[in-house]
This record gives sequence, structure tokens and C-alpha cells, in this order.
Amino acid sequence: MNPLQARQLVIDIPGRTSGQPLDFTVEPGQVWGVLGPNGVGKTTLLHTLAGLRAPRNGAVQLGERSLTDWKRRRISQQLGVVFQDRQDGFPATVLETALIGRHPWLSPWQMETVEDQRMALEALQALDVAHLQNRLVNTLSGGERQRVAIATVLAQAPDTWLLDEPTNHLDLHHQVSVLGLLKAQAAQGCSVFMCLHDLNLAARWCDHILLLFPDGDACWGPSQQMLVPAALERLYGQKLMTAEIDGAPVFVPAGSSDPQSS
Amino acid sequence: MHGYSFLRPLIVLVLAAALSMVISVSIGSSAVALNETLSVLFGGGTELQQTLILDLRLPRTFTAFATGGLLAVAGALMQVLLRNPLADPYVLGLSGGAAVGALLAMMAGVAGVVVSGSAFAGALLSTFLVFGLAHGTGSWTPSRLLLTGVVVAAGWGALIALILAMSPARQLPGMLYWLMGDISPAANPLPGLILLALVCLLVFPLGRSLNVLARGSMQASALGVSVRPLEWVIYILASLLTATAVTMAGSVGFVGLVVPHMLRLVLGNDQRLILPACALAGGTLLVLADTLARIVIAPEQLPVGVITALLGVPTFLYLLHRSR
Repeated sequence: MNPLQARQLVIDIPGRTSGQPLDFTVEPGQVWGVLGPNGVGKTTLLHTLAGLRAPRNGAVQLGERSLTDWKRRRISQQLGVVFQDRQDGFPATVLETALIGRHPWLSPWQMETVEDQRMALEALQALDVAHLQNRLVNTLSGGERQRVAIATVLAQAPDTWLLDEPTNHLDLHHQVSVLGLLKAQAAQGCSVFMCLHDLNLAARWCDHILLLFPDGDACWGPSQQMLVPAALERLYGQKLMTAEIDGAPVFVPAGSSDPQSS
Repeated sequence: MHGYSFLRPLIVLVLAAALSMVISVSIGSSAVALNETLSVLFGGGTELQQTLILDLRLPRTFTAFATGGLLAVAGALMQVLLRNPLADPYVLGLSGGAAVGALLAMMAGVAGVVVSGSAFAGALLSTFLVFGLAHGTGSWTPSRLLLTGVVVAAGWGALIALILAMSPARQLPGMLYWLMGDISPAANPLPGLILLALVCLLVFPLGRSLNVLARGSMQASALGVSVRPLEWVIYILASLLTATAVTMAGSVGFVGLVVPHMLRLVLGNDQRLILPACALAGGTLLVLADTLARIVIAPEQLPVGVITALLGVPTFLYLLHRSR
């Protein structure tokens, strides 16, 4: 596989100073979590890494070649994106939605094969939404839609997963099963790169963390080195209390009456 | 599995189209019984019946079919392009441009081919105007395109009123008929039919990309679709189809809106099925509307656009009312 790499990458957010360039490689088997406060550019970074937005500086590479040198179709065979917002202007069933994940793998003249149908259905089963396969997507709950979106990328079978808040709208059980599924994908040699809001999910499931600070600063590395209370308090401007459960740190925001650190 | 499920609805629509055409050619100022009509179509019947049906009525029926099919396919394409089920070539100002072109030609006192050519030019001019203005500095969004189209259409509307006010009274009836949509008996249906068939073939390789594009341009890019080139292809194709339809039948509204919407309710939203189905159902609808237009106040004829608008306006309002 061709690992996704940021090379001296500066994302383009109009009216914002450039800040620190990002330079990292998402190796096979790794699960990355991006943490940062609202509006810091997590989604923009994800779209830039997917080649959907041009960076201000630097480059995104897939293997040895820059994303701009790859054909869009070849990128989509290697890179799957789960978006935060979805457009369902037209009615489509759950199965049809999962089937569009097979689009990168089919030539213009090909119909979806029985094999594609099987992969789509298996993806729906893995996300626990197969029983909804004939329902229209716009009639589903937020959490069900989220799982259908993840199933679409599972059917796409990319090497690298880019996910924007994959646990949005999910109940506790499905948060764990979705993150478990992503971890299993990584164990099979894929790589996962996701924006998260929940510190504790990141601490539990990510082996690498990228912190995006509001002042444009950024740092990244293995989770244990990144998830230290001082850095996280600076990240969110919020005092935290830390406990350790089962060998992993757990962060709880301190009450609002507590004096702010920073 | 998919291929088979496409076949049945298309066969039903082909049969419906054939039936509507037979009905259309047998009804008129001198009615021909259905069985006699069929025998004429298969080479029998009297000489008078043959002339009546094959030379006079059949070309008109084909013109109506081609016009309806082209407009419905153009509408369906525009709706995918703008990710908005309310889009339609008429809403986007294409027909307004065509109308201004046609009326200017009529005001200059010319007729026939020049009017058609001028309408075609007007439709294409409107296309480039709307796309160019909506494109602007680069941020091209469906809502901006739709708004630009609506405003340009309003501009064309003002020009149409101006032309009507300045034209000599004796030219007004012809102009009004053109504006209301009138299938001219003299039009040659062949280019329209060929274009319709070509588009239905082209839809097959493009269809799945269109399905993905309907999910939004970001999602489509992420799934490997070259969004911008595809959007240009759709827009140019839809404009060409509309312009061709407009030159055959004047300004017939709402077919592009009503037909795709009805079909989506029944058949879902796979463009590989919806677009050929639109060609067939749109053609059928206009053939029936034209038949109705010929008999409602016989021996006078109504412009067919009146019938389609009477069907289309309530549908449009219903859609608006229902949309969140």
C-alpha cells in the first residue's frame, strides 16, 4: 500500500496565519486521532489530506507521488472518506448507498456485480444496519445514517481511512463497535486517520495523536506522549481531571467554577 | 441482478409510448378507428387514411414525442447537476433565452427555420450566460447556479414583454402561440429523435457517475468522479437537449420537472434507469398532451404548453410544499 503523508503541509483557511507546517506519515497499522477545539481546521485538514481542497503550502503524498499526480479514480481506490455532513437531496435506499462505495472499482461500462452486492451487504452487516437495507436513507436516524456512511467506505475497501467525527450521533455501544471495526481494519494493514471530539475515545483507540492548537501550533506523535494533561488543557482552554482506568488515562473536564489554567 | 430490474419498467414504458402514439394518430378532425389505424401503420388502409396518418399526423406525433423526451431528460440531468429536484431547464432561464431569440426573429418578419435557429442560439446564449455568471470567481455552487438561472430568466421575461409591446399587432398571435408552446406540424422530428436515442446510449457509461454526483460533489470526488468535467458535460448536454426541443415546439414548460419527479417516486433514483425512462415517459406525456390540445376545443387547437403548465404548476407547488 501507499501510505498517506503530509509534507510540510499548511492547510488553507482564509484569513488565518499559516502556523506550523505538518509533516507526518500515516503508516499501515496505525490509528491516528486528530484533536482540537471547534473551528481549528480539523475538517479542512481531513479534506486537504483527501485531495478535496488545495493546501496553502506543502503537499500531500500517497506513497512516493503527490496526490495531484494521481488520477482521481486511483486515489479513491486507496483513500476512503467518511464526511461529517451528507447530502441526501434525492431518495436512495441503504443498500444503494452502500453500493456506491464500489464505484471506484467499476469501469464505466460495468454494472455492479453479485460480488459487489455481497461486499455492500457484508459492510452493512458489519455496521449493524443490514436489516435497514431497503429503507430510504433520509428516513433513518442520525446514528443509523452515520453507520451507513461508514459501511459505504467499508464497501469501498480503501487502504487508508479518513473519518470526520465517526462517532457522531452514535450510542455508546455503536461508538465502541465502530472504533473496534476501525482498529480491526488497522490490524489488517490499513491505516486510519480520524478527527475526534472525545478525548477518552482517542486515548482508548488511537495509537497516534495530532493536536491542533487554536494559535496555529501543532504537535503529533504516539498517544502516550501527546495525551498529557498540560497539553490537553492548553488545547481546549479547559481544566481537566485525570484518572487511570484499566491502564488507560481518562479525562474529565473540571467544573466551570474551577480557575482556568493556561 | 440490477440489469434485470431495469428491463421491466422500460418495457412497460415502451408499450405505453407505442399506445399513446397509436391513440394520437387515430384522433383528430376526422377520427380513424383504432383497428384501422393499426392496419395503416402496418401498411394497409385506404389511400386517404394513409395520407392522413402517415404524412400528416405521424410526423407531428413524433415531434411531440421527441420534444417531451428531450425536455424530460434535460430536466432530470439538471436536477442531478444542481442536486435539487426542483431544477428544470425552464427554471434556469434556457427557455427564456430561446423565446427572446425566436421572438426577435419573428419581429424581424422572418419565419420557419430562422426562428428555430434563432431560438437555438438564444438557448445556448442563455446557457453560457448563466454558467459564466454563476462561475464568477470560481466558487461555483448549485444554489448560486440556481439563483443565477432564476434571475437571468426574470431578465429574459422582461425582454419578452418589451418585444411583445413593440411588435405590430398582426404578429402577436403567432408570438403568443410560440411562447405558450406549440408543436409545429412542419418540424422535422428526426434530429430530435436521433439526439434522444444518442443520449439514452450515452447515459449508460455516465449513469453510475451521475448517481454518485447526486450525493454531493465532495462525496463524488472522494469516490473518484472528476466532478467539474462531468458537471460541464451535463450542463452542455442538457442545454443542447432543451435548445433542440425548443426549436421544435416553442416553449413547453414543466415536462422536465414533472416527469422525472413522478418516475423517481416509482422507480427510485438510479440514473441508468431514470434517464431512459424519462425519455419514454416524457415523450408519452407530450404525445397525450398534444392529443388533448387538439380535441379540447376542436376544431381549434390549444397550445400544448397550456396543458403541460396546467399539469406542472400544481406539481411544482406540491413539491415545494413537501420539501423540507
